[in-house]
Amino acid sequence: MDWITTVDHKKIAILYLWAGGFFFGIGGLEAILIRIQLIKPMNTFLDAQTFNELITMHGTTMIFLGVMPVIFALMNAVIPLQIGARDVAFPFLNALGFWTFLFGGLLLNLSWVMGGAPDAGWTSYTPLSSTTYSATHGVDFYTIGLQIAGLGTLIGGINFLATIITMRAPGMSYMRMPMFAWTTFITSAIILFAFPAITVGLVLLTFDRILEANFFNPLTGGNPVLWQHIFWIFGHPEVYILILPAFGIISEVIPTFSRKRLFGYSSMVFATILIAFLGFMVWAHHMFTTGLGPVANALFSVSTMLIAVPTGIKIFNWLFTMWGGQVRFTTPNLFAVGFIPTFTMGGVTGVMLASAPADFQFHDTYFVVAHFHYVIVGGLVLGLFSGLHYWWPKMFGRMLSETLGKWTFWTFIIGFHLTFFVQHFLGLMGMQRRVFTYLPNQQFDTLNLVSTIGAGLMGVGMLIFLWNIFITSRKPADAADDPWEDGRTLEWTIPSPPPEYNFKQTPLVRGIDAFWKEKLAGHKSMTPSEPVGSIHMPSATILPFLMSVGIFIAGLGFMFSRDTFGSDVLSFLFNNYIVTALGLVITFGSMLMRSLFDDHGWHIEPEELEGR
Amino acid sequence: MMKTWQAGKRLLPMTAALGLLLAGCGREDLSVLRPQGPAAESSFDLMKLAITIMIVVLLIVYSIAAYVLIRFRRKPGQREIPEQVEGNFKLEVIWTVIPLILVVILAVPTVKAVFAAGNDHSNDKNAVKVKVTGHQYWWEFEYTDYGVKTAQDLVIPAGKDIAFELSTADVLHSFWVPSLAGKMDTNPDGTVNRFSFSAPNEGVYRGKCAELCGPSHGFMEFKVKSVSEAEFEQWLASMKAPAVLPEDPQLAETFKSACLSCHAIGDGTMGSGPSLAGIGSRESVAGILLNDDTGVDGAPILDNLKTWLHDPQSVKPGNYMPDPKKDLGLTDEEIDGIAEYLAGYTLD
Repeated sequence: MDWITTVDHKKIAILYLWAGGFFFGIGGLEAILIRIQLIKPMNTFLDAQTFNELITMHGTTMIFLGVMPVIFALMNAVIPLQIGARDVAFPFLNALGFWTFLFGGLLLNLSWVMGGAPDAGWTSYTPLSSTTYSATHGVDFYTIGLQIAGLGTLIGGINFLATIITMRAPGMSYMRMPMFAWTTFITSAIILFAFPAITVGLVLLTFDRILEANFFNPLTGGNPVLWQHIFWIFGHPEVYILILPAFGIISEVIPTFSRKRLFGYSSMVFATILIAFLGFMVWAHHMFTTGLGPVANALFSVSTMLIAVPTGIKIFNWLFTMWGGQVRFTTPNLFAVGFIPTFTMGGVTGVMLASAPADFQFHDTYFVVAHFHYVIVGGLVLGLFSGLHYWWPKMFGRMLSETLGKWTFWTFIIGFHLTFFVQHFLGLMGMQRRVFTYLPNQQFDTLNLVSTIGAGLMGVGMLIFLWNIFITSRKPADAADDPWEDGRTLEWTIPSPPPEYNFKQTPLVRGIDAFWKEKLAGHKSMTPSEPVGSIHMPSATILPFLMSVGIFIAGLGFMFSRDTFGSDVLSFLFNNYIVTALGLVITFGSMLMRSLFDDHGWHIEPEELEGR
Repeated sequence: MMKTWQAGKRLLPMTAALGLLLAGCGREDLSVLRPQGPAAESSFDLMKLAITIMIVVLLIVYSIAAYVLIRFRRKPGQREIPEQVEGNFKLEVIWTVIPLILVVILAVPTVKAVFAAGNDHSNDKNAVKVKVTGHQYWWEFEYTDYGVKTAQDLVIPAGKDIAFELSTADVLHSFWVPSLAGKMDTNPDGTVNRFSFSAPNEGVYRGKCAELCGPSHGFMEFKVKSVSEAEFEQWLASMKAPAVLPEDPQLAETFKSACLSCHAIGDGTMGSGPSLAGIGSRESVAGILLNDDTGVDGAPILDNLKTWLHDPQSVKPGNYMPDPKKDLGLTDEEIDGIAEYLAGYTLD
């Protein structure tokens, strides 16, 4: 019950972590099944329809339900601590964001047991995703599930923007913010601008499918290419929503374990902003083969290549952060150090893809599959692993095992390169993506076998990580405040795990890497900026949970509103939108409750603080 | 501009070496890395340039990383605080400007090639015009100047420019012959995509559908047969010759009623299914069962036709052909008879 009603950002972080981890596991299993099917030519392990459902769900799950929540977990766990805040700006909204994400994700995955998962690819290109060519409810689960989950992301993004703008500790100017706070800030801004696009797209597609609208139906004047534009105007920035937080994590971990401040801090900030800006102007590079014409192709080629410049700045700044430092190979730093060459690989193939005439060959082949897995797994997932190992003691008060962590790293990264490096060549040799099998004697066989073996090894790495979590959770929670000893930012100044109010007294920030600066000055702790006083805390509430349950029910009701059921009662309930209405009543009723009954929260008094 | 060119020139030897190395990868009739025509070569040249630049970048990053990780490891007992460096304006400018230069080196030929690829030959009198229509899950080729329609095997005269007009009858597909040219989508919104390629060397090239189009997307393959001018003319002539029906009148009747409601076998172009004219001369059955009497790459055409006709769904899941036995009520003998007739239906 405590977990369902909590509004504490640290607990919500843990909820995000478990839920994200759960979906990540599902997405991973889907990946393993895909790789088993492709282990040899003309394999019959899976049929074509199931395979298409698996690739669709693997992509969708990993992007929306796997890695994003883990990013949100780390943001929730760390951002208020890093900027010296007692919570996020809107704790109630924070909980609402989590529950809508969870119920959206559950709704999407219910499709596996409710008559067919979405099968039109994670991009859901129309008209393949229209009811004419995808007759099951699969794509409805996609549109409505993602809509609900996306609501959570948008809420979360806005919350972080407000938090970072208004709740920084005294002295923490923007140019003194830790890099992870910066990338969270920029990521949230991208979410704010990109998610409305997919929201609109999903609404239009839902209307096309459920209410027989014609936005994307060419026979009645709709335009299927419009969907591609809407999808990628969101979809490309989404890539940066994913990778920028990883950049932030790497920028925290490398300085800590090099005992040096981040090289070129201001150029890092500048590069982050530039990447976000350019990220919105390159969406059509996913559409070079759509026939946009040479002018558009040339413009989008060049603007895409430009992204290499700020990204290059970051890579070299990280390398020169380590230059002249004392590099320690702890598990978090292993992942961070492994991130650099791996992500660089993904970056350079990105520039190759940007060249439109060459992309006519690369597009929709395994070369692209290799590229984006180098960016998203080799970049983001390594970054998340780094961040999880790094902040685990802060989140849970327990250090993960270093030995097991190193095993995780080596099995995962070797498996990763085995899986995806060879896929570049598969693509160049003519293997298109999203094929459920392939003819023998095309010289695809060996490379696919290697790729599948690699995927198995990555799976082993994940299992070691889970084992590590399991045995760590059985140990006493005795991590030090600053367990890595060289912590540089504010989260390391308070106990692990932090008390519910985070900071007894808000600290005074005197420069970049506030805690490190105090350490160099010979201080053991931060100078407080206020006397010990009464701390205001928000009340726990079940309303966010109820609101999300309501939306979930309404979504299901809407989706099945035109079906005929075996039972008359069910048909009556669904066909007359009674289920939909019931869901909406729960949601809006909860909102009404929230509006009518003022809850002023509660206070922790100084005596209580001292008493602990 | 001069400087860009010189930097490009310095990369040339490496580009050449790479070209040799990559050219060993894959089948000649399939691999992007072994281009067999000017369009694919233009893409390949850009690829070589890009890969060269990227390998240089990777080498630099990897050497710095290796050096840093070995040289600056924390040694046991090291307690002093390293010097806290803020950054270095000069260095940071250098690694802003160098990537910019590299991007320009790649961008200039890219833009050139983009506009070159945009050159279509739809008004070229010497080009052969072919209307390509994608269907779930087969390809239709219409030679508009000659009034000939065929499916699965695109026969073209070697060396001539082929001007394509791409469209689709249902969902998005993408027309791709890796060793001859990059791919182009077939859009369902009525916009027609045009592009062109040529195959200087005679031979058979493998083509694929590159855009997810349903369960049998992976099986939506086709062949491009590049033949001599004379052979091409002959092929056109025999495609226009009157249709041949099965000799056995009863079988002919069955074939007409069961198959010809969708398929065409001569100039009769009605129907939603692929044309069967001269199917015995094709490279494959249903695009995916390769005809090969030696049995190395496939099976003899008669076997393939029987496999297909006895159970089309197991060969190409989700296709729209009615099952001859279950849906059309044909007997096994009739199916085998039709298979034999089709296998023997060759062009001169």
